[in-house]
Amino acid sequence: MQKEIILIKNGELALKGLNRATFEDVLIKNIRKRIKPLGDFEYRKEQSTVSVIPVSEAVDMDEVSERVGRVFGIARYSRALQVQKDMDEIKKNAPAYLENQLMFAKTFKVEAKRSDKKFPLTSPEISAEVGGAILSAFPHLKVDVRNPEIVVTVEIREKFAFIRGNQLKGAGGLPTGTSGKATVLISGGIDSPVAAFMMAKRGLVLNAVHFASPPYTSPQSEDKVHRLLKKVASYSGNITLFTVGFTEIQEAIRDNCPEDMFTLIMRRFMMRIASSIAEKEDSKALITGESLGQVASQTLSAIACTDAAASMPVFRPLIGNDKDEIITVSRKIDTFDISIEPFEDCCTVFTPKHPKTKPTLQMLTEAEQNLDTDALLQRALENTKVTVVGF
Amino acid sequence: MNAYLDNSATTKPCERALKKTMQIASGCYGNPSSLHFMGYEAKKELDFARKSVADFIGAKPEEVYFTSGGTASNMTAILGTAAAKKRDGKKIITSRLEHPSVIKNFELLGEQGFLPVFLEPDGNGKVSPDSIYSAVDENTILVSLMAVNNEVGSVQCFDKVKQIIKSKKSNALYHCDAVQGFGKIKINPAKCGIDLMSMSAHKIHGLKGSGALYVSKNARIKPAIVGGGQENGLVSGTEAMPSLCAFGAAVEDIGSVDENCSKVKMLRDMFLEKISDYDYIYVNSPSDALPYILNISVKGVPSQVMLNALSAEGICVSAGSACSKGHRSSVLSAMNIEPARIDSALRISLSKYTEEDEMNMLFDAIIKTANRIRR
Repeated sequence: MQKEIILIKNGELALKGLNRATFEDVLIKNIRKRIKPLGDFEYRKEQSTVSVIPVSEAVDMDEVSERVGRVFGIARYSRALQVQKDMDEIKKNAPAYLENQLMFAKTFKVEAKRSDKKFPLTSPEISAEVGGAILSAFPHLKVDVRNPEIVVTVEIREKFAFIRGNQLKGAGGLPTGTSGKATVLISGGIDSPVAAFMMAKRGLVLNAVHFASPPYTSPQSEDKVHRLLKKVASYSGNITLFTVGFTEIQEAIRDNCPEDMFTLIMRRFMMRIASSIAEKEDSKALITGESLGQVASQTLSAIACTDAAASMPVFRPLIGNDKDEIITVSRKIDTFDISIEPFEDCCTVFTPKHPKTKPTLQMLTEAEQNLDTDALLQRALENTKVTVVGF
Repeated sequence: MNAYLDNSATTKPCERALKKTMQIASGCYGNPSSLHFMGYEAKKELDFARKSVADFIGAKPEEVYFTSGGTASNMTAILGTAAAKKRDGKKIITSRLEHPSVIKNFELLGEQGFLPVFLEPDGNGKVSPDSIYSAVDENTILVSLMAVNNEVGSVQCFDKVKQIIKSKKSNALYHCDAVQGFGKIKINPAKCGIDLMSMSAHKIHGLKGSGALYVSKNARIKPAIVGGGQENGLVSGTEAMPSLCAFGAAVEDIGSVDENCSKVKMLRDMFLEKISDYDYIYVNSPSDALPYILNISVKGVPSQVMLNALSAEGICVSAGSACSKGHRSSVLSAMNIEPARIDSALRISLSKYTEEDEMNMLFDAIIKTANRIRR
């Protein structure tokens, strides 16, 4: 029966030696989860290719393709048409199926592969015949075997023949879940969603912690974080979000600590809270969107002081990036327009006029002396909402 | 209990308007341009609404053109005048106090070769007759000045503008954006010499998506939206029957402008009396402002923080300035108010339905928040 399917070539998975089978299983599980709402599918593993074959009628393959394109662990994939192993069928369907690609191209070539060696035509013969059919449908095209714009591939397999055009680029990275779980500190700005995306790409399952300080921050800024995480979740899968009531801590810092260290003390509290949430959730690292020297609280000395408050590794995937590089990724994952909406987040509440750029740990521990740190932490943790952000 | 004190943003539709909406939407859904009985009935209803609006401002029904609201009325008036009078001159005059739907259209015309002039208001948020007098010349084709400012409530000299224009021997049209004043102060455009006047239904307890432009029978402007030729060719597009007829109903429901205003003034004055004990609360509205709009600053509490705190207690007001950073209110800036006050500005806007309890609730919440936030 004639239908469209998806063929997935694994990327880095092939390099993983004996772990490959496990990784492939995780990948298939992730794809399955992501496209399940769109219909029933059958999955087949052959050599280094996974085929996703729709079983239900009238599946929206454009949407399936888009979703597969956001699953980590896929370097390249293609959409292919499955037809009967009959030359007339293949010649009739190839130009029609690939019309959108061929119409606007100038050059192409046809590659044929036969795993069924009993098929009456040889590979070069298949290529020549299908090429001829395409040329008569699109007389403007030229054949270029060296550097064609479109490579039309015809595969003759055991049961069916498959026709496909150029491959599509996948999301790359490692399948979500193959690297464990980590917790991202998300503010609502441009950087943290990008950091979350980049670490998820390395196979991490994500949790997120957001600090809300009503009335200094509005319900809209919490909604904004939700929408940002939803974009990230379209790649990483579901994210559990912990929204921590942070007002009391910020007011306590304002009332009891030197102004030039407000931001740093606040960030140390964030690290402590995120660490204890992460520990309970079996998450093994924190993720932040810090970029070296971007603001006063992200100088080397400042980062050293915040780092000391965390009880686990802190991943900072953007540490070496310029703002425009970060923005490029945020546009790619579609978070930029949400990030620049003008709602205050807790980082801009009580900003010192002249923040310390070269703090030491000793200075900070002294500055924190007047605070009942444990009690504040305890109450903040109790004042935490949990929601799941779906993809 | 909630306190809705953001009536300059929009108002709660009145019962009469809602009833009319349902009646028209369900039972009178014909197209007023249709030639069958359903169309005729719709046309009658629309004419009835038009007459209500016309009667209220002392105009003739054929001088009232229905639009989709204040922005559409302003655009139609400004672009329509420019198109009709482009051979008479290029100068167009407005002020920094105006709504973006006026300012942006002036800027647009500036890009097309017209010469826009933006008058600065004085410290009371008013454009002085003198500054208008100096700006108008023979090259001027349009003066667009609002009746009541939307941020501070200052009442402009809308009854003097046309005299000034005439005294300079100019044929310029006078457009008055009366969106905030309509239904709250008496404005008779014919008597004031207003050539074009914008009105909006949802600011007077009608529905969103409907408004009107008064075009004096002596003024001729060109349409900005062309098509099926509705509204005598000036505003094409099938009329939004339910909300336009509800507009008529809302106008009939206004009652006495003076009585409404004195009730609102009493509530505002009681509130002013209460806040006068607090030296960190400043009043930004001029003393002779329309009492429906009161702009204050609670110094030390940023507008957005106060808004969040009030909202959490069920109180709706708006920030006097746009809440996004770096976009200070141009109106308050033009009034030379210091930045710290602009950043903590609040616009409290009342309606004829506002109750004393709501104002008390607002007062208590403002003081409570200030005590917590101010250092």
